[in-house]
Amino acid sequence: MLVDGIHDLGGMQGLGAVDHSPAEPVFRCRWEAVARALLAVVAGAVEASGGEFRHSIERMEPGHYLTSSYYEHWLTAAATLAVEHGLVTGSELEARAGGRFPLSGPVLAPPVVEAGPDVGTPRFGVGDRVRVREWHPPGHTRCPGYVRGKAGTVVRVDGIYSVPDIEAHGTARRHEPTYSVRFDAAELWGDGQRGVRVHVDLWDTYLEPS
Amino acid sequence: MSSSAHHPAPMSPVEQRVAALEALLTERGLLPEGFIEQITRRYESEIGPMNGAKVVARAWLDPRYKQQLLADGTAAIAELGFGGPEGDHMVVVENTAAVHNVIVCTLCSCYPWPVLGLPPAWYKDPPYRARMVREPRALLAEMGCPLPEEVEIRVWDSSAEVRYLVLPQRPPATEVMTEAELAALVTRDAMIGVARL
Repeated sequence: MLVDGIHDLGGMQGLGAVDHSPAEPVFRCRWEAVARALLAVVAGAVEASGGEFRHSIERMEPGHYLTSSYYEHWLTAAATLAVEHGLVTGSELEARAGGRFPLSGPVLAPPVVEAGPDVGTPRFGVGDRVRVREWHPPGHTRCPGYVRGKAGTVVRVDGIYSVPDIEAHGTARRHEPTYSVRFDAAELWGDGQRGVRVHVDLWDTYLEPS
Repeated sequence: MSSSAHHPAPMSPVEQRVAALEALLTERGLLPEGFIEQITRRYESEIGPMNGAKVVARAWLDPRYKQQLLADGTAAIAELGFGGPEGDHMVVVENTAAVHNVIVCTLCSCYPWPVLGLPPAWYKDPPYRARMVREPRALLAEMGCPLPEEVEIRVWDSSAEVRYLVLPQRPPATEVMTEAELAALVTRDAMIGVARL
């Protein structure tokens, strides 16, 4: 599963217990609130799309991603976008921080120049059987690895939205219908569990008729 | 008072990195004065699960509102004054005696900010994201929410633009309660779906 990015965690095993607390502060330390604010500032200044922002986290070095907290992800994304868009340089950051300032790795996917035509009409309706395409894009996608190649049933047709795979890699945009697709957990995992359905929200191009 | 009280603890490496980026963005004129405080105030006191609790309490008391909430979550939630980023396309899923719903974001941390505020750390950490789609019955039990075998579990992975809110079942013996008293019973965890009331 690592081929598609460390962030694609659905179904990964061996990660241990959930460190659950029914109540915890919104920000555990001031730096978390600052990191959150800085990401908002940088994303606004460079006009990052949601796809570009998410991909800047997904490109973190896997070991760093798994061993750092959520707001360290946001800090790393803010700094990476700031460097990539020329607001600051990596050496300035390291000089100020007085040490190493790890940034996310490079974008591996080529820029998207031609987005292709918008899709204005849903291809599928509620109750239709669909299968998720099986492919491994080098760039950003919102199609989780654990449903690729799996068959499910459309339970809801949602709005028409910008395809993240395209908006993350340039200024071109394509808009497509989205669907909530229901999968039987036993089919996803082949483990015989009963009475569990997993719903994943997917863009039109992620799907084919089943 | 001892003088040590005036010496702050040395900054950790991550704090040094935050301070470095903050200083550089400030020097470039990109960080408006008071912006950090504004963000902190907004998420610490203005939006949070108390908003979602009001939505739930209203739905428990008013069958027409509940019907509207389940049919068009965004509009019904806006009626109570809540909306904005990460809440523009809301779907509310109802728990019943036979069905239990739970929300997750396996790819990042999508969460309905206007009604629940910012997500707790455990929701964004790898174990929850990895396990809730693979073994929800076991994980819910582990988190203090065991469910009978006959209860169907519906997991909702927020992978596109919709954000979800779970409408918990109204607890028994609450018939005489006011809307405000009912809202006080509703927890963040129940609206994520990792607890029942």
